[in-house]
Amino acid sequence: MAAMTSAEGAPGAPSHARSDIGEVLHAGDRRQRARRLRLILVAVLLCCIAASLATGAAGTSLWAALWDGLRGQEVALSDRIVLWQIRLPRTLMGMGVGAALAVSGALMQGLFRNPLADPGIVGVSAGAGLGAIAAIVLGGLLPAALAVPLGIYTVPVAAFVGSWASTMLLYRVATRAGRTSVAVMLLAGIALGALTGAASGVLVYLADDNQLRDLTFWGMGSLAGATWTKVGAGMAIILPALIAAPFLARGLNALALGEAAAYHLGIRIQRVKNLAILAVAAATGAAVAMSGGIGFIGIVVPHLLRLASGPDHRDLLPNAALLGASLLLLADIISRVVIAPSELPIGIVTAILGGPFFLWILLRQRGVLDL
Amino acid sequence: MTLSASLSATDITLRLRRTTILDQVDFTADPGEVTAIVGPNGSGKTTLLRVLTGEIAGQMAPGGQVRMGGLDVVDADPWVLARRRAVLAQQTALSFPFTVLEVVRLGAEGPGGAARALAALARVDLAHYGGRLYQELSGGEQQRVQLARVLAQLDEPVGPHGPRWLFLDEPVSALDIAHQLQVMEIAADFARRGGGVIAVMHDLNLTAMYARKVVLLQQGRCIGAGPTEEVLTDSLLSRAYGCDLRMGVAPGSGLFLLPQSAQIPHESSDLELRS
Ligand SMILES: Nc1ncnc2c1ncn2[C@@H]1O[C@H](COP(=O)(O)OP(=O)(O)O)[C@@H](O)[C@H]1O
Ligand SMILES: [Mg+2]
Repeated sequence: MAAMTSAEGAPGAPSHARSDIGEVLHAGDRRQRARRLRLILVAVLLCCIAASLATGAAGTSLWAALWDGLRGQEVALSDRIVLWQIRLPRTLMGMGVGAALAVSGALMQGLFRNPLADPGIVGVSAGAGLGAIAAIVLGGLLPAALAVPLGIYTVPVAAFVGSWASTMLLYRVATRAGRTSVAVMLLAGIALGALTGAASGVLVYLADDNQLRDLTFWGMGSLAGATWTKVGAGMAIILPALIAAPFLARGLNALALGEAAAYHLGIRIQRVKNLAILAVAAATGAAVAMSGGIGFIGIVVPHLLRLASGPDHRDLLPNAALLGASLLLLADIISRVVIAPSELPIGIVTAILGGPFFLWILLRQRGVLDL
Repeated sequence: MTLSASLSATDITLRLRRTTILDQVDFTADPGEVTAIVGPNGSGKTTLLRVLTGEIAGQMAPGGQVRMGGLDVVDADPWVLARRRAVLAQQTALSFPFTVLEVVRLGAEGPGGAARALAALARVDLAHYGGRLYQELSGGEQQRVQLARVLAQLDEPVGPHGPRWLFLDEPVSALDIAHQLQVMEIAADFARRGGGVIAVMHDLNLTAMYARKVVLLQQGRCIGAGPTEEVLTDSLLSRAYGCDLRMGVAPGSGLFLLPQSAQIPHESSDLELRS
């Protein structure tokens, strides 16, 4: 098609060469495709939001309530409570957590220059969990000067500190002279996970009955505990990380060539790395504080998107936020309907869906990764 | 060429883990010509290049200085440097499945970036490779893609602040003879159009063909820096490489290297050895 237009449009021009350039541009630049994909992902997310609002144990029909509201009729109080106090915060929390997990996975993979890096796999979520548990169990010991201003943010901030410390530690251990060793990264992640798990165990042992109830609730990895307070506190940490992420895209793209080449391309690599670690820690920490450990979103979503439209972080990061939010809402819907009226913890759903997928990624990458 | 346009390295000493890798290296390179850095394996060529490009300039011992056309490389911002020089490393790893065109465009951003990237790919004979996955190319093809990326980063050899510089670390090691010549021609052309080229070279014949100036390193010391025919001499080369080497002059094509162990019958040769 390109050949025809150039041949007709410019008689004197070397039509053959121009059609080739068109082809090469088309084939080599996947950003167009990524942008079209983004529109589709927005539509998918809207559908997931609607489905999430419409699904639940109570027989409330979203559509009937909406229809009543639009016609100016009074919506039943029970319907309003179900929709406004239960389903809407839960849906928002699902979107926030899903976007946070997917984006922190993509950021971490860019930072470690490795498609297997994921906060859940390399122990960063466990670090966030330790922070959250410490805040729940030891929160009462905080001096009032610190505890009062932190308020509802205590648990998410503590989780953020925990994930930040473990990301830093992991990066220090696994990266030497700008090169990350996959094996060291994964092994260090195992050690880190074991250590933080042990520390969490000690804290759980110290907890009193009230705290134990909080911990159990939190540890289930579920969106069921969504309240406006919880959503507000978590989103206040997640949103800045999500907004900052695309600004790191250029730096992460260049980092794919290695630290030296990125520096030569004009990137301030130390700054990009510090900001990426901060964003990963914030997003993972807040997600874990809100919903406990939900695995595999961070590795599945970026991988799918790289297959679909390439690894350019300028598209990957926003698309990951959209697809992560949709997938988590979908997993939450499944967790609410499969054994209704009871609920499956969402962590189990993502593990059942994501585990085999992760194995498939490993099989595909086996030849490329020299583990 | 005015003095301020040249690249000057003054008293470069670098110690890593207590071993001295570069010892008081001093030289000047001018735009408009190719300057080669040669020396045996481990003599510090790559390390010197990394200092000159700014990458590890901060680790130099006090007193050392690198100036690129009036710009102090040690203190310069990475993005200021990135507009004045580009660097082709000895090897470049790529960690995600980017296409060839995407790799080249990592260096060529902004308006006109796509056109520059395509032109650079065409220069290295890879115009039709834009849509292929970089990781699936052969080593030599990958090296040429990286050269295209480096060319696309710089655009024209002379910019608003003066000549731009091309740093190449063994740019032809992975290439067949035709592409070796092609890459050296690209470098020479960049210099002819006013830019500066500093290339680490292993092949002394290519060095003799293309470099106007040579910096000869041995164990981190600069044992010769100056016009090619003054540095590529039998005595300096034999000293640097620790084996008997002779330079000859081939009629019509200039200097060439002759390792002494080679069995070349002297009667049948119309090559004349310089004393
Ligand atoms: N980061 C480093 N730490 C310690 N030694 C190094 C480092 N980089 C290079 N070296 C040593 O410095 C010497 C010069 O290396 P290099 O500049 O790469 O040599 P070449 O001339 O072959 O390019 C070698 O002996 C090498 O082992
Ligand atoms: Mg080298």
